[in-house]
Amino acid sequence: MGSSMARGDIENLATDFFGLFESFKHAPFYHIIIEVSLLLAVVWLLFFRKPRPIEKKLTEKEKQELIDEWQPEPLVPPVDSNHPALNVRVLDGIVGKTVEIDGRKSLNFATFNFLNFVGNQRIADKAIQAVQKYGVGSCGPRGFYGTIDIHLELEERLAKFFSCEEGIIYSYGFSTIASIIPAYSKRNDILFVDEGVHYAIQKGVEASRSHVKWFRHNDINDLERLLAEQDVLDKKNPKKARTIRRFLIIEGLYVNYGDICPLPRMVELKYKYKYRIFIDESVSFGTIGQTGRGITEYYEYSIGSIGGFAVGSSFVVDHQRLSAQGYCFSASLPPLLAAAAIEALNIMEEDHTLLFETIMAKSKRLHKKLLSIKGYIINGDEISALKHLRLTNSLNTVGRLEEIVQFAQSRDITITVARYLTDEHHLPEPSIRLILNVEMTDEELEFLCTVLQEALVKVTA
Amino acid sequence: MSPKTAINQKMNKSFSSNLKTKCAYENEPKYQDHEDFEETPTWAAVVTVLGYAILSALGWLRDFLRHIGFEEKKTAHDPNPKNFVPLYQSYECFYTRNLYTRIRDVFNQPIASVAGAKVHIMERISDDFNWTFKFSGKKIPSINLGSYNYLGFAENQGPCSEQAIKSIEKYGVSTCSTRHELGNQRYMQELETLMAEYLNAEDCIAFGMGFATNALNIPTLVGQGDLILSDRLNHISLILGARLSGATICPFNHNDMKDLESQLRKAIISGQPRTCRPWKKILIIVEGVYSMEGSLCKLPEIIELKKKYKAYLYMDEAHSIGAIGSRGRGVVDYWRVDPNDIDVHMGTFTKSFGSAGGYIAGKKALIDHIRIYSHSACYSTSMSAPVCYQIISALSIIMGRDGTNDGQQRIQQLACNVRYFRRQLVDMGFIVYGNDNSPVVPVMIFMPAKIAAVNREMLKRGCAVVTVGFPATLLTESRVRFCISAGHTKEMLDHALKAMDEVGHLVSLRYSKQKPHRRWIELDRADYDKEYLS
Repeated sequence: MGSSMARGDIENLATDFFGLFESFKHAPFYHIIIEVSLLLAVVWLLFFRKPRPIEKKLTEKEKQELIDEWQPEPLVPPVDSNHPALNVRVLDGIVGKTVEIDGRKSLNFATFNFLNFVGNQRIADKAIQAVQKYGVGSCGPRGFYGTIDIHLELEERLAKFFSCEEGIIYSYGFSTIASIIPAYSKRNDILFVDEGVHYAIQKGVEASRSHVKWFRHNDINDLERLLAEQDVLDKKNPKKARTIRRFLIIEGLYVNYGDICPLPRMVELKYKYKYRIFIDESVSFGTIGQTGRGITEYYEYSIGSIGGFAVGSSFVVDHQRLSAQGYCFSASLPPLLAAAAIEALNIMEEDHTLLFETIMAKSKRLHKKLLSIKGYIINGDEISALKHLRLTNSLNTVGRLEEIVQFAQSRDITITVARYLTDEHHLPEPSIRLILNVEMTDEELEFLCTVLQEALVKVTA
Repeated sequence: MSPKTAINQKMNKSFSSNLKTKCAYENEPKYQDHEDFEETPTWAAVVTVLGYAILSALGWLRDFLRHIGFEEKKTAHDPNPKNFVPLYQSYECFYTRNLYTRIRDVFNQPIASVAGAKVHIMERISDDFNWTFKFSGKKIPSINLGSYNYLGFAENQGPCSEQAIKSIEKYGVSTCSTRHELGNQRYMQELETLMAEYLNAEDCIAFGMGFATNALNIPTLVGQGDLILSDRLNHISLILGARLSGATICPFNHNDMKDLESQLRKAIISGQPRTCRPWKKILIIVEGVYSMEGSLCKLPEIIELKKKYKAYLYMDEAHSIGAIGSRGRGVVDYWRVDPNDIDVHMGTFTKSFGSAGGYIAGKKALIDHIRIYSHSACYSTSMSAPVCYQIISALSIIMGRDGTNDGQQRIQQLACNVRYFRRQLVDMGFIVYGNDNSPVVPVMIFMPAKIAAVNREMLKRGCAVVTVGFPATLLTESRVRFCISAGHTKEMLDHALKAMDEVGHLVSLRYSKQKPHRRWIELDRADYDKEYLS
């Protein structure tokens, strides 16, 4: 009975299956496709899909708790009210060759007034004339009626002075180099930078977001090593190398060290390894004379005015007119400062051999005199008008240097400790920055050395 | 009686009555706060994009012709040997070569006089389609609608310039030293004290350049582990400062408080990306008046949000200080909020004070911190004496310290001028963006070719205007931006409106769908004159 039922069932089953197959053959094609896909989907879901972790969604209450609990830090950390920056000397008068502090006149070896243009009557007259013609501010960026004819004149004069094709001026020295570097060097480019460059260049390098390779200060061998390493990488991938721009950023005369960069060798390397050079001549312009002329500069100091400029071939300089942020998006230089700069250039061009020769000669003499004082380390080239003075080894602390400065002030000599921010890339050793003014007489230089000697005795006693 | 005397009399009356009341704001006319950004008509957007497409196609054709030598290459050449990596990507210059150079003559126009209400533009001629320029020697006298001279202090005569000249004689032009060393002069302290009083803040510090004030001081306030929420249309100096600081930047939609709130909530709840640590602090950066849009920030709502979520607020009042508010104290004055609610007040002296430089004001602890750690204070030459004295005398005038009410008159004159000018432009059918009270008046042009057309035609009619296109604005939103000044008289504004009316008719600039298109003579003069005098 069971087996006949079973056989009957099997037969029915077989017929059903056969009927099923028959119906498949007659079914439309898309029907089969859909069914097959469904089957595959089920198989995938079962075996191949990775289980996704269930996201923990926060409830509104929890979110509100997080918001209520969050406590920010104070906007600024507490400050030390004894910090020297909060207790600076307040002056009230011209800071030229002499400066008046607390009613006493002292010789000024602290400000960047190399050619003694501060207080120069000719420059002041021209500045006054500019105010009477143009007012004080320029009321707009260069693109929107902020370009005054005096700016164009200054740019032409600067270009002519440096025998370059074109010049471009900025309204603030710091932002000159900080805008120029990002205008040319982008994310994929490489910058070879000297470790001893000053802060504005460091900021410009940061803003450009390029790869930076620092080489030891003024060490040409270290630079060559880095260039050779880069060359090896280039040879491995020449296609990529053709799209990477390279720049060398150096200073003509380093503000933090007082020494001069070895330019000729760097130019040789430039043509060998194919990079472009940017030189910052903030201090060497107007003090060194023949060496150090290059593509980028900024004048803030020796010309007795404020601002910055760059000179070079038209090909290079023109690009900045549209892409340098500090030029396009900022108000232009007040016309009176441009007028002061033009007059200073006039003076420099008139008796330039005398002015520059004098300052270089005096720097050499001062250097010799300073070397003769035992106990000080003098940093800086002998023809440089900017020198750094340090005490030997472990004696060299900011505290002792400040004592020397105060002692000198009591003897009517004004000098200053070089100030830096703590987040410099390569913080220089504490030092006193001595700046020579071209109008200083030999007696005054003698007096300076005497005072420094006495100070040394007092501090190391 | 001339209109100006009538205004003066009315102002004198209201000013003296103000002095009598305790609250300085009671007797003042309530300004309507209305902001409008009419949507771009679709057909205009389409035609604009089409225009750019045609220009690009032509540009490619010309580049090709230059490449095969058919046309002369006019750009400068690289003096370095050929195997150096090229200094510029060729597509970076595509825009400069083919689009910008066509209309280069309308930008960077040099002037030969003080940038006051009237200015002399030096005429330039080009023989080779704007590749090089020559000066013809002629000077075109025009009404200056482009310079930032809101209170009319860009003068070469008067008490301000006299003070500046005296200061050059006493102090020279530069100090050649930094604030930390020997550059700290008494006049700088005077300026800072005066500015702090003006803003009703505890302390203030001033710098030599406005752009650098932002770029070099934001890094001293925030750093890695902090969050900056900045408005999408912030000025590039703020963006640069934010980038240099190393903090994380999250933009929020322009003036969109809902977006700001949701970003704040998300930031506090989720914390830093990847590590989920809580943020150390959150800084909201906004501007008082946005110079390309003419819009004001919604300060009361931002302050409410800031207090609710414990964030800090950095306000850049470059265009609003002196120009907005019944006493010229900026958006804080306009919205009548407590200055202590804003953590960092920042502004520039270039626009309303006719000078140069920037300032930051706030609590004493904040300013002390900036004095020590600012890049600018430590490494840059301190401000020049004439620049400082110009600001000091302008401030004295605005605050009424010089004994006259010249300052208040200027502020009222500016407000009058702005209302008069804006209303007529809107009633003529132009699309004007921005707040009804902002002295920055952008009128939409949309199409690239019209940028040059408007500028040239307005100059022919004796008005110097500023027209901007891509990349300063969005591709389809080119505009002409008027900057109204207190130095503009009613006659000057009428002349400018007539010129705009003609140019608008010539070039078809009347796009508004909300208002009927009318010519200037069709407007009811009596209606506007009445408002101007009241």
